[in-house]
Amino acid sequence: MDTTILAEVTGNLQTVGYGLSAIGPGIGIGILVGKTVEGMARQPEVSGQLRTTMFLGIAFVELLAFLGIAAGFIFPAA
Amino acid sequence: MSLLAAEGGGGFTAPGLEEFFPAVFLFEGTGFDVNRIILVRIIATLALLLLLWLALRKATVVPGRVQSVVELAFDFVRKDIAYGMLGRKDGDRFFPLIAAIFFGVFALNITGIVPFLNMSSNALIGMPLVLSLVVYVVMIAAGIQAKGGFRYLKDELFPAGVPKPMYILVTPIEIVSTFIARPVSLTLRLTFNMLVGHLLLVLCFAATQFFFFEAGGAVAGFGALTLVGGFAFTLFEILVAVLQAYVFALLTAAYIQLSVAQDH
Repeated sequence: MDTTILAEVTGNLQTVGYGLSAIGPGIGIGILVGKTVEGMARQPEVSGQLRTTMFLGIAFVELLAFLGIAAGFIFPAA
Repeated sequence: MSLLAAEGGGGFTAPGLEEFFPAVFLFEGTGFDVNRIILVRIIATLALLLLLWLALRKATVVPGRVQSVVELAFDFVRKDIAYGMLGRKDGDRFFPLIAAIFFGVFALNITGIVPFLNMSSNALIGMPLVLSLVVYVVMIAAGIQAKGGFRYLKDELFPAGVPKPMYILVTPIEIVSTFIARPVSLTLRLTFNMLVGHLLLVLCFAATQFFFFEAGGAVAGFGALTLVGGFAFTLFEILVAVLQAYVFALLTAAYIQLSVAQDH
């Protein structure tokens, strides 16, 4: 064993990549849905409109996670 | 997982992207190559047409059972998506496109969990790409029709209420977000939702097969776990199929709305 190396990571960093890219959208969707529920509880009469807006927001937020998946295929391991 | 696979004699192979490029079996090399996924697309389209034709062939004022379900779905698309986003007048104008997108995307998505088809035909980028190009053209055409080409570009690229020097920053961002990011994100969202869903299902059931028949011994218990997981993901995929159809139609309506909206 080479004593100059203290810690070594082998394999492909992409494995971690998707996990990293899922953190942001995870937090984002959590806040988004939580706030929508809050709004629905305060004003049940506009819940239909809130739900539509929520799905619209989720569509934008979750895209980041899918870009994370795409990145693994676009930049394959050397 | 990889550790267990190694112990069991290395029989387990994780599914990869080659899943999505099966062998061509019809019209090879003509540019109209038909492989399994294209066949699934054709079957899904025919099934959708057949279902709608059967349900609405003899439409009556008092709907029958099948007709009322179909009418309920159409009503949802019209009220919740078209009217909710575009208002009554524009909603009626663009309703045929939005409904076609909703039902088309749903039919192509749901094949992912239909036995023997087992492949969402939207998992290949071609179909989502065509759909979002249609949306792209309609979005721009609707804006130009509503406001004229010059006004439309001015509204999109130089939003009102921004201090003049800021346009140096804002305009490039608007170009990217309106004319590049919108179609690209529509395409990628649908494609990867379906692709990932299919890979998850394949992973679950391939692992089940491996645990039961190749790993053997106490490890077979894991097989029961992955089998249940596979069924759970199948149910989840039904939800995703509906949700993605909804989101695609909703975003179509939202993009058209942003194009035709008059600045105050």
